[in-house]
Amino acid sequence: MTTKPLRLRELAKGEDRFTFGHRMCAGCGAPIVVKQVLMATDYPIIASNATGCLEVSSCISSFTAWKIPWMHSAFENAAATISGIEAMYRSLVKQGKIEDKQVKFIAFGGDGGTYDIGFQSLSGAMERGHDMMYICYDNGAYMNTGIQRSSATPFGADTTTCPAGDVIPGKLQQRKDLTKIMAAHGIPYVAQASPSHWMDLMKKVQKAFEIKGPKFLNVISPCNRGWRSKTDDAIKLSRLAVDTCYWPLYEIENGVTRINVKPKEKKPLVDFLKPQGRFKHMFSGANEWMLTQAQEYVDRQWDLLQKQAAFSGGEEKAEDKPGAAPAEEKTEGQ
Amino acid sequence: MSKKFWEKLPQGSVVLEAGSSAKFKTGGWRAMRPKWIEENCIQCMFCWMYCPDMSVRVNAEGKREDFNYEYCKGCGICALECPGKKGVKAIVMEEEGK
Repeated sequence: MTTKPLRLRELAKGEDRFTFGHRMCAGCGAPIVVKQVLMATDYPIIASNATGCLEVSSCISSFTAWKIPWMHSAFENAAATISGIEAMYRSLVKQGKIEDKQVKFIAFGGDGGTYDIGFQSLSGAMERGHDMMYICYDNGAYMNTGIQRSSATPFGADTTTCPAGDVIPGKLQQRKDLTKIMAAHGIPYVAQASPSHWMDLMKKVQKAFEIKGPKFLNVISPCNRGWRSKTDDAIKLSRLAVDTCYWPLYEIENGVTRINVKPKEKKPLVDFLKPQGRFKHMFSGANEWMLTQAQEYVDRQWDLLQKQAAFSGGEEKAEDKPGAAPAEEKTEGQ
Repeated sequence: MSKKFWEKLPQGSVVLEAGSSAKFKTGGWRAMRPKWIEENCIQCMFCWMYCPDMSVRVNAEGKREDFNYEYCKGCGICALECPGKKGVKAIVMEEEGK
């Protein structure tokens, strides 16, 4: 099967494999991510889902928003579930019981089900080398159960289990860099993407499907309830996350790091923090050291990433287009 | 929906019908209503791409049509992302019921 061209108008004629009627909140980032992932390819897909917002609100009782075979078993084992399905499929094909239809396997998980609870099963599945892709939609807390901190929660964020107040000013630890941890497993493809840069995201999905072995994709997914922002700014915030280098778009393919989108002008981190109510306390007089510390951390990570890209021999492609400038993007689809 | 008794439910919590969530209309959640102004629309399809509820209708020729108000939750992402024609938005948000 050839790779599908990514032209918006052609894509729009296709059928959604994740459909309306799901009960995610208005303005949620996760259905946008899922829709873009499933749209990127025509391969048959089987998905498993870790417990989380996406799972509980896309399949309630007899209502499912999925038009692909989809399975949920528990919070911690989305990767184990899909690796089992993949192994069974491979075995049945080998025994000649079913025909090989080039089925692709995806596990979806939120940051709670990926960074924390599902981490051991994910790590295991990656180590065993299953031909699967794990996609984490990272909204930076356990949003489904009421905004508890996770190891993906950024420094300074106010959550219900690290509430900003007199005792502590929000979360005091930096977030875990899961993308790098997955890269350290030595798997063939690891990438970070954002729904605002849809072309980049879909290209990464397409690329990953052509690679045999375990793949990991970490996608930022704004949550207006947990981030205490407006319902309409999911895409705006994910774009700001890229432009401030809080969420750099890069891929690590067989050890070679490539930065896919380099912002023309690196915006200050406060541009990303300011619209979000979860960082509100950081802007009050006594807590301004937090802004400096958060900015320093982002700068250091960005610097390290650039060095890593130069060191590993990934040529730096300065594509600043996808999603950022509407006029250019339209002509860009090849 | 007709009431199903336990004997008639598929075993193992399996849902046999794909995309059955379409039976659940989420349009009632909406407080703000997006309005599509066709003459300002450049058919860039960004609203379609960024809609979390798949509520931007596209016809067989790939042209944008009006919203699917049965499912649109009125988040307003489409209105914010709409580049419009020469800066004039093709999608504006209005209060529901006005």
